[in-house]
Amino acid sequence: MSFDVQEIRAQFPILSRTVHNKPLVYLDNAATTQKPQVVIDALVNYYSYSNSNVHRGAHQLADEATRQYEAARDTVADFIQAADRCEVIWTSGTTESINIVAHGLAILLNESDQVLVTEMEHHANLVTWQQACKASGAKLVVAPIDDNGELIIDQYLSLINENTRLAALPHASNALGSLNPIKLLTTQLKKRSNNKALMLIDGAQGIAHSSVNVAEIGCDFYVFSSHKLYGPTGLGVLWGKQALLKDWPVWQTGGEMISEVSYQDATWNTLPYRLEAGTPNIAGAIAFGAAVNWFTKLDVKALLAHEEKVFSYATAQAEAFNGLTIIGQASHKVPVLSFIMDRGHPADIGFILDRQGVAIRTGHHCAQPLMERLNVPGTARASFAMYNTCEEVDILFSSLEKVKQMLA
Amino acid sequence: MPLPTTNEIIEDLEFFDDWEERYKYIIDLGEHMPKMPAELQTHARLVKGCQSNVWIDVSLKHDKLHFQVDSDAIIVRGLLALVMAAYNDKTTEQIRAFNINEYFEKLDLEQHISPTRGNGLRAIVAKIQGFAVT
Repeated sequence: MSFDVQEIRAQFPILSRTVHNKPLVYLDNAATTQKPQVVIDALVNYYSYSNSNVHRGAHQLADEATRQYEAARDTVADFIQAADRCEVIWTSGTTESINIVAHGLAILLNESDQVLVTEMEHHANLVTWQQACKASGAKLVVAPIDDNGELIIDQYLSLINENTRLAALPHASNALGSLNPIKLLTTQLKKRSNNKALMLIDGAQGIAHSSVNVAEIGCDFYVFSSHKLYGPTGLGVLWGKQALLKDWPVWQTGGEMISEVSYQDATWNTLPYRLEAGTPNIAGAIAFGAAVNWFTKLDVKALLAHEEKVFSYATAQAEAFNGLTIIGQASHKVPVLSFIMDRGHPADIGFILDRQGVAIRTGHHCAQPLMERLNVPGTARASFAMYNTCEEVDILFSSLEKVKQMLA
Repeated sequence: MPLPTTNEIIEDLEFFDDWEERYKYIIDLGEHMPKMPAELQTHARLVKGCQSNVWIDVSLKHDKLHFQVDSDAIIVRGLLALVMAAYNDKTTEQIRAFNINEYFEKLDLEQHISPTRGNGLRAIVAKIQGFAVT
């Protein structure tokens, strides 16, 4: 097998549109990836031919919808090598997945407990734990990064102790791209906490750029969003070990998560349903199943190598570009290029690039404390996916020349 | 150099046909606008945008509202100059009577004061309109 980027591009309808009369160069993939035709078809087909509520109906459509919906769960369970399909909980996205765990943890924590996070967190993996600690009186411990945006491993390890109840760690930083050694840190967390601490990996930025095997990582929770892996928005996954999830405090109540109800009491359904209240995002789950099936049929090794090639090319151009400073120079990164320029605010850069058809993200990337730590007001961020090309990198840098010229 | 009037700006911008010339003109206007003294750029005067920040100070001079504004983004500073041409050193009646949406539409810049933009410009306009109510 191999990887032909033009063949891939042809499967994404949006990539052939123009913006301000220029061909679209989409470099905002860390925010959300574009969708291949198979995913769009899965959404349209579901609503055209199978739309029905799952698990409840006494008719053919309900059976079909339920089968497709549950098949998607199997697909995702296989994709991340979950021990059991019931460990895959559908959520609305990474943020909700983290909230389910944090909500439960807040109930289980007490004042002598500690929760360990890092300086590179996205707000979703910071504010959730911060609030859980505030509610329970536990202590939030923040592990430092160095000026390259890399986690300082020695210091991280020294912050783990027998009071550590949970560590929340990003697989990769959304703002800087820094890739964390999640397996090593999980092993050490278990060892140094005397097996008392749980590890949650925020996989939002990792899932599309690596082969995730939750059993091999050894973590307790791995969470991610469909829309960053070529699937639809509004759907995410909470994967957790069955032994933990089966008794985890329920998050929302109502709907399929209930087993028996009287006016005064209720009992909960089994996994995965006990953590899925209300009518779920059926179309989203089915289309995400289609996305994962599509992704795994590709030559994943070759596509990651292609991303790496395009990203290295972009990094080399950025290093050679006068007046540009790369923010985040960790030794291992997902394809995220964050930068600032001597003249011009990130918002100016984003605006002028947009006029040339180049879509990037600017601002604090939902990581305000991290921006303060790095002493920047925000950055411009170009983030890459499998369909980006070296020609697009050339357009990015010729557009940045225009930024320099206009703001001179 | 005093800022041109809103009518002069509309005429000037009609003259350019490509976006680059238009934005160079806007950037230039921003550069000619007096800078807000750093000591005035306090948290209380800050209007936080998602992508860039804007500061605004207001005082009353001879029955007219006098504004000092600034932004950390160069293009937003230019856009602020367009707003100042409309509102600065005007009476509250004049401010209330001015149709800012129509003005930005004539400039073909209405996207900048639409709710989807996180540059703080819309918030500044709302703030100025708020000052003019009382």
